[in-house]
Amino acid sequence: MPKIKLPTKSPRIDMTPMVDLFSVVLTFLMLTTTMRQPEPAPVDTPFSVSDKTAPEANIMTVLISKDSRVFFNFDNGKDTAFHFKGKILTEVGKRYNLTFTPEEVKQFEAYPSSFGMPIQNIKAFINTKDAKERERLQEKGMPIDSTDNQLASWIFAARTVNPAIQACIKGDSDAPYPIVKRVLDILQDKNVNRFNLITNLEATKVTLSAE
Amino acid sequence: MGEIIQEEKSKGGKKRPKHHSTHIDMTPMVDLMCLLITFFMLTTAFSKSKVMEIVLPEKIKKNDKVEPPKIAESRTINIILGPENKVFWYPGRVKDSKNPPALQETDYSDEGIRKILLDRNKLLSKKVAAFKEQTTKENPAITRDSLLANIKRFKKADDSGPIVLIKAYKEARYANIVDIIDEMEICSIVRYALVDINYVEDEMVKTAMARSTSNPKQ
Repeated sequence: MPKIKLPTKSPRIDMTPMVDLFSVVLTFLMLTTTMRQPEPAPVDTPFSVSDKTAPEANIMTVLISKDSRVFFNFDNGKDTAFHFKGKILTEVGKRYNLTFTPEEVKQFEAYPSSFGMPIQNIKAFINTKDAKERERLQEKGMPIDSTDNQLASWIFAARTVNPAIQACIKGDSDAPYPIVKRVLDILQDKNVNRFNLITNLEATKVTLSAE
Repeated sequence: MGEIIQEEKSKGGKKRPKHHSTHIDMTPMVDLMCLLITFFMLTTAFSKSKVMEIVLPEKIKKNDKVEPPKIAESRTINIILGPENKVFWYPGRVKDSKNPPALQETDYSDEGIRKILLDRNKLLSKKVAAFKEQTTKENPAITRDSLLANIKRFKKADDSGPIVLIKAYKEARYANIVDIIDEMEICSIVRYALVDINYVEDEMVKTAMARSTSNPKQ
């Protein structure tokens, strides 16, 4: 039986337009990207109609997870040259008789996301690179009860080092109210009366006053 | 994918310059770009998170000799955030702790708490509308910003709007608080505060919950 010969076509496709398109997309993404910081606990923020964007610098964030753990985070200020994070760490360390080596301070400054562990564990936390180990150290969150109120110490130190710092609260929708209330109380005790609650934008139809 | 370069075979001993193809194999480049795009897409936080600003009244410390501010009872609405996304409310205050007023149940929807709040706020919003009209009539060249600032000042000075006291039962969720504060924003309530729930109200919520579970139709 004679074989049917298919006309042999070159298997190559001209990929130039594809490459062009990819370059454009890639450039766009690279220019607009702000890296998403992984959080130590998943947090589903509630919805609101507020369309005010979060401030970019000079913020401290209290993270409240679904299982009532509390985490804390603050930034380096407008410029990393201020080294606020390191200064806050040393300030808190002084209170609990802990000293940090310059290497540890540097490591801490580089750590971008929230942390929540008793201060006694923070050295182990900074020095480990293992994500599992870090998770284990954070399984209790930051102590906030009145006998050992470390969140208050952190807030106090943050406000001393960086007076312009603003408080943000990022809570999970399902976080129980008593914990939220406790965090608000701690902030108010430290004379922080203005908070930003981090929310997702929700489209709601606003019907202004009937009639 | 290898490049097949077709070369002409020269018959004579004469050497001809090699004829290179102008094609470059772009497949590895495309592969790399695909990877990078995927990476950036996954790590990018496209929308910046939004914030809702709240300012709480300063706490009165025990040793401060400051009286808590007095508020008119007729203007007060108490909103209690209950468990299971329920909202309870009652006007005024509890006069007799033995016989507390019945709580009225509602929800977070447009027809629920929003309607109540808008209704209460009607007088003030009418006044604001009249004030706005008057200001724009007197000064047609007023900028939007200063108009808004004027309205804000007018609202602050006003004393006919409701005063909303938000109290949360211990089983309320964080989302409930955000919802209710959001609702204040939507209904442009000027005066509201987060207040601790007291014992009597705690009991009131318990009875209301028992009632609503015994006849869920209501």
